[in-house]
Amino acid sequence: MAGSPTPRRPLAPQRLALQHARNLIESLGRLYRAPLASLLTISVIGITLALPAGLHVLLKNLDSLSYSWEGTLQTSLFLQENVDEASGRALTEKISARDEIVSSQYISRAQALLEFRELSGFGEALNTLDHNPLPAVIVVQPDPALEAERIGEIVTELGQLPQVEQAQLDQAWIQRLYAMLAIVQHGVTLIALLLAFAVVFIVGNTIRLDIENRREEIEVMKLLGASDGFIRRPFLYSGFWYGLLGGVFAWLLLGLCLFAMAAPVREMAGLYDSNLQLQGLGGRGWLYLLLAGIGLGWLGSAFTVGRRLHAIQPR
Amino acid sequence: MNIVEFHDVAKLYPGGQIALEGVEFQLARGEMAFLTGHSGAGKSTLLKLIGLIERPTRGQVIINGKNLSRIGNFGIPAYRQRLGLIFQEYNLLYDRTVFDNVALPLVIRGLRHDDIARRVRAALDTVGLLPHERKLPITLSGGEQQRVGIARAVVGRPHLILADEPTGNLDPGLSAEIMRLFARLNETGTSVLIASHDVSLIEQLPYRRIILDQGRLQSLHH
Repeated sequence: MAGSPTPRRPLAPQRLALQHARNLIESLGRLYRAPLASLLTISVIGITLALPAGLHVLLKNLDSLSYSWEGTLQTSLFLQENVDEASGRALTEKISARDEIVSSQYISRAQALLEFRELSGFGEALNTLDHNPLPAVIVVQPDPALEAERIGEIVTELGQLPQVEQAQLDQAWIQRLYAMLAIVQHGVTLIALLLAFAVVFIVGNTIRLDIENRREEIEVMKLLGASDGFIRRPFLYSGFWYGLLGGVFAWLLLGLCLFAMAAPVREMAGLYDSNLQLQGLGGRGWLYLLLAGIGLGWLGSAFTVGRRLHAIQPR
Repeated sequence: MNIVEFHDVAKLYPGGQIALEGVEFQLARGEMAFLTGHSGAGKSTLLKLIGLIERPTRGQVIINGKNLSRIGNFGIPAYRQRLGLIFQEYNLLYDRTVFDNVALPLVIRGLRHDDIARRVRAALDTVGLLPHERKLPITLSGGEQQRVGIARAVVGRPHLILADEPTGNLDPGLSAEIMRLFARLNETGTSVLIASHDVSLIEQLPYRRIILDQGRLQSLHH
């Protein structure tokens, strides 16, 4: 034995690449050999990643929906009681001619009463009145591309016209919605951060158990001259696989949820004459999800292995 | 030239327990010797000092001309790669085949796959286990498992083989067989230091005996 020739030893970078490739495949094989435990861990990571990703998708859809609603913002100009129908229609045409106005529609007092009678259900009560209490209205739709501030200025401007009693922009509710969405967005960010810690903890704990199960093997490897780096590598790759596969699981889970929701949402949108369609994470979003999974898996693993491995020494 | 030199080596464990005291001995390059004494005499501690599993409290341990006190923690893996360690409990990985167990030191060193295969088969052939390369160690007898351990120790072509009670779990017939294997390895020029309390076995063999008693060197029998 001692007299036989020294074997070829690959150059350092080649050797390192070879060991990395070997560890990458071996760590995947280790996951494959314990399918149930691996699947459970991957599922937990997947669900944990899917939750903030799903909330993000929900927000994205709500944001898109509110944006489309913003395009239908209307301003109601309630006319003075002494403005007759001809003057009202003339004013309507004048407003329509403005660049920043998409459309305007005159609703006479009689027409307003008719609509109110039909929609409110107070028809009988209205019959008891000796005069029509409703004013004529001009419904104005400003250009949706305008800044909210400019729309506000236009409404103020229109409200100051002598024929107009009151101008009312039906925007308050959408601003409230935006404010709520902003709060929810912050909440989602916080939840995502907490769940990221959870993924790091889950992977770290799984790796910790793996290290404990392989304590004797680690001791033997150290006795045979394995460095901490050599022993650490398969565990880091396990973290990588847990993160990547957890990300893929989250991706599938979200895809399934979106698929299941698509038809009911389409049906509901149809009721409102909308062609609203659910949006997913998008190509870049899916990539970020996978990268987040890999990064968190690696981090959880590195954090645990770094602390545990040093404590295991041959006896 | 000596491969092992102990100069006034002492090892005290926490609590003041003396494991070794004033140990002074040398093992020549290419020599095979037995380290013997009762349980607790300090045999395993002495091997642990050579394997850098423990550090001496006092004195110097020089292996292959290198003072071990100069090897820091980061240098330990590379140092151990040049040793062949054999244990009473075999210390095999039972979820890996015989081949994979023997290949482990070479995998750690990052050798190419074809070199690993060639050298593992040569080592298994030396210990007579080549036909069992695909088996799991658990399917082998105690003597065969110890031979797997020996193949793993020699596959890296160490300067020095350290064996801690290698026949402790084997019957006399298998013990003699393992000792013959060590003798054959020694004939190829490898230095061998074997810790054993099996006096009846050792006395039959023509190698030097280093006797320890309560951590002190008693005598060096030739």
